[in-house]
Amino acid sequence: MTPKLTRDEITTTVLRALGEIAPEADLAAIKPDVSFRDQLDIDSMDFLNFVIAVHEALHVEIPEADYPRMSSLNGCVEYLSALMEKA
Amino acid sequence: MAEFVMPSLGADMEAGTLVAWLKKPGEAVKKGDIIAEVETDKGIIEIESFMTGLLEKTLVEPMTKVPVGTALAIIREEGKPSAEPKSALPVSGAPPQPAVAPVSPTPPAPVTEPGRLRVSPSAKQLAAELGVDLILVKGTGPGGGISRADVEAAAAQARGERRGARIASAAGSAADRLLRMRQAIAAAMARSKREIPHYYVSTTIDMGKALSWLTEENLKRPMKDRLLYGVLLLKAVALALREVPELNALWKGNQVVRSDAIHVGVAISLRSGGLVAPALHDTDRQSLDDLMRNFRDLVTRARAGGLRSSELSDPTITVTSLGEQGVESVYAVIYPPQVAIVGFGKVVERPWVVDKQVVPRSVLTATLSADHRVSDGHRGGLFLAAVDRLLQEPERL
Repeated sequence: MTPKLTRDEITTTVLRALGEIAPEADLAAIKPDVSFRDQLDIDSMDFLNFVIAVHEALHVEIPEADYPRMSSLNGCVEYLSALMEKA
Repeated sequence: MAEFVMPSLGADMEAGTLVAWLKKPGEAVKKGDIIAEVETDKGIIEIESFMTGLLEKTLVEPMTKVPVGTALAIIREEGKPSAEPKSALPVSGAPPQPAVAPVSPTPPAPVTEPGRLRVSPSAKQLAAELGVDLILVKGTGPGGGISRADVEAAAAQARGERRGARIASAAGSAADRLLRMRQAIAAAMARSKREIPHYYVSTTIDMGKALSWLTEENLKRPMKDRLLYGVLLLKAVALALREVPELNALWKGNQVVRSDAIHVGVAISLRSGGLVAPALHDTDRQSLDDLMRNFRDLVTRARAGGLRSSELSDPTITVTSLGEQGVESVYAVIYPPQVAIVGFGKVVERPWVVDKQVVPRSVLTATLSADHRVSDGHRGGLFLAAVDRLLQEPERL
């Protein structure tokens, strides 16, 4: 069973995964409502590596159709909180 | 006996700095083994051995800048007697100049008695061979047990950290690296526009079938094995080159030399600025799964600074895609000595006529830039038509 995480813990996990694909990024300056692509110039390969890193850290399966819901920090936290609640 | 020389890793490369030897004199080397690291304008590149044998002698000290073609080491073929090299001097250009102070090699970590750690005997032996301190290894087995894979992962991490220190020491500031890369790109692109009579042809491809197939396919796959549509484009280009082989060639001297192997170079933008276009070897022969895995690995290594010499010297054509930046058409500049480059734009929704009905379709513009000394627009058009046709049967790619 997947352990439940707080929203802060999910935020930390998401930012750590972002840091892996964009090591030069100032993670403290990430705007939570703005898409990662617009803030960090990430491409589809970066995004794939990002969702795989989140998947490995949180042990959640993320369908490809749900990728758009993970386009921003707030989107990720909302989506992953709901996903882990159901797990 | 053969000289292992400073390789040319692109039309724009004149010299490189030997950063480190990864094999010692007296060690056996296999063809393809990485035996040295060299700093070029494209970053730190891993240099592979071109033959199997014994690394008999190194001729150039780490942190020395030498011209392309300079003998760096002597490799003796298996079973052949030892012999002195004809000359340890550079083949051409100025004598080697130290670039920066040598980096002290990091001593291997001592092997620590594992004590109460749960370690398999074979993992313990491997740790001793690789100089890995088992205390520092994170075990992923039951109860934190340490396996061979854990030891290998720890060794790889240690290598990466040592490598990072060498890169930081060798390559100067990020601004310096970017400036050198821009200068190298400027030289290659100016040469291309000066020497190569480009022609351009483009077509609009209906991506409906390919994207539908990809969506269905990815539904069946675990996350790590999902495909990006860019892989379908790469495979389609590679297979189309079999039908129009004159585009898979290099311009050498004053003539075209076709390549039997199809090594598609992929333009990869670097996060620090600039770009590289390393090869996916034998692109046409790889399954989509292999291609995706190798593409992902190539992008990761390109951005982390871990490309290999053959990846930079072997491309026979380049593919560049700017669709994710919102670009609809790409008219790319050929990277000499290649004779063609393919540009892909963004997948966009457009009204499309199917069976005399206007329907919405996802379409993409593919553009071929090709060398008119080698091919004509007619053949270029056939190539794009083949790419289009192949993408209409994605399950066969």
